[in-house]
Amino acid sequence: MLNDTVLKASDLNKSFSGIVAAKDINVSINQGEIVGIIGANGAGKTVFVNMITGYLKPTSGKIEFLGEDITGIEPRNATHIGLCRSFQISQVFMTMSVKQNLMIAMSLSKKSGKALLDPIADEEISKECDKILELYKIMDQSNNIVSTLSQGIRKLLDIAMAVVGNPKVILLDEPTSGVSVEEKFGIMDIVIAALKQTETSVLFVEHDMEIVERYVDRVIAFYQGEIICDAPPKVALSDKKVIEYVLGH
Amino acid sequence: MFTGIFKDTSVRILITFMIVLCVLSSLVLPDWMQNNFMYGLSRGLAILGLMLLWRTNLVSFGHALYYGFGAYAVALCQKYFGITDILLRFAIAVIAAGLLGFCLGFILRKYREIFFAMLSLAFSMVLYGLLAKAEFLGSTDGMSISPSTLLGMELTRQYLFYLITFFVICAAISIQAYLRSTLGHLTTAIQDNEIRVEYLGYSVQKAIHIKYVMSACLAGGAGGLMAASLGQVDPDSMVNWNVSGELVFITIMSGWGNILAPFIGAIIFEFIRTYAFEWAPQAWAAIVGGTLLAIIFFFPGGIWSVIEKVFNYGKKKNVK
Repeated sequence: MLNDTVLKASDLNKSFSGIVAAKDINVSINQGEIVGIIGANGAGKTVFVNMITGYLKPTSGKIEFLGEDITGIEPRNATHIGLCRSFQISQVFMTMSVKQNLMIAMSLSKKSGKALLDPIADEEISKECDKILELYKIMDQSNNIVSTLSQGIRKLLDIAMAVVGNPKVILLDEPTSGVSVEEKFGIMDIVIAALKQTETSVLFVEHDMEIVERYVDRVIAFYQGEIICDAPPKVALSDKKVIEYVLGH
Repeated sequence: MFTGIFKDTSVRILITFMIVLCVLSSLVLPDWMQNNFMYGLSRGLAILGLMLLWRTNLVSFGHALYYGFGAYAVALCQKYFGITDILLRFAIAVIAAGLLGFCLGFILRKYREIFFAMLSLAFSMVLYGLLAKAEFLGSTDGMSISPSTLLGMELTRQYLFYLITFFVICAAISIQAYLRSTLGHLTTAIQDNEIRVEYLGYSVQKAIHIKYVMSACLAGGAGGLMAASLGQVDPDSMVNWNVSGELVFITIMSGWGNILAPFIGAIIFEFIRTYAFEWAPQAWAAIVGGTLLAIIFFFPGGIWSVIEKVFNYGKKKNVK
């Protein structure tokens, strides 16, 4: 199963008023694979993630998901077909509790039935949400209002909300940004363990090389909108170009 | 499946409040007060619609468009089809305003903040201009509305008041059911974070459009009931910008914490205006404005936040 391609980007290009943000990007992701995307600020990592999830339309090129052309898909349709994302800055509903956030996400993923009428009172949804809260180890925060919680918990909630519909691929944009040094490995351990259980393919943008080295199967390095290296972490992190343009040594 | 809504505390409070209002107005209170309640409840429907939009951070400065459209729909149906039945009048007002809201919603759902507010005001002023110029609609003098009937029998003011209360209860319960649904929760979620809603798989524009149509229906219904209780429609008292302003004024004054808040706010507004006009005919507007300023300064959550504080204080005292 691990060699089945779930996501493929071919010759992707993106420019903003003549400024090239992505140039000839060719990437394929297999099922269950964990891929780290690295690069300096402005290298084109987030542009790539945004194009894949429909937030930006590529200037040219093709994106295929499970063999189907999804180039320029609307973000909500990307979610429907099983291509979800979390954000650099956690995109959660600040005025609601942790569980309410998750219940809304869950009820939307159901698309029909009683759950849509009264999601907060729906026992089935509540049980399913409890399972996810347990999986992401935020059960004890269940009734707390999100605005009162730490960045780490918000990150976990953000990712938990993205996976309620059991996506095939999840794109995590800097999952440990804004998280304290003490929290970062704990958070990544929880997230990766949860996603491995469901064989979800993971693409995550990360600046922290300790995280990259520890969790990914493959590294894709970006520089000025181009891919300069696509290899296993040990090879990639010792590559000359990566050392010069990404790690800055 | 829908019985759960009647276990909702807000719904129970609403029904109790309306029953008490009906009993008081029929047994104790003078007729003029009943009129104030009737106008307050009718207008409260439009406020409820604005409250819905406010929950998504959208403020419409032109909701008199639907308020007036509903009222004129009632007047036109009487003029051309002889419809005086209150059930039909209410349904026509709601449907007419809902259809207009559905069409305009395609444009308005793309805008936020001041652009949404001013665009809605622009649409309402277009209708005002048309009504003020159209002689077959009575121009600035408007049109008169004959007393309402129910199944062929003429309604007394008392029964009209009961029916308006009934319509208000039905509408408010429907809105509470909507607020409890996933789509309803999205109303607050959109206010918090539009991008996340899109990535959860729901179209923000669609959610806003649905809510806008609901809000238009409520304002239309309010206009229809107001026309039926006043017996007169004219552009200045139904569609002009100051009517929209008044609706926004009452919405801020009421607060958005509960489905009952708009009705309490609208009733209090009717009384403030009545007394202010009686005591200081030259300065009544200053009194009304001063009241709003005082509410904004001291109770930014509106009248409902005061009610909540009083009840919470009572609860704490009981616990001690």
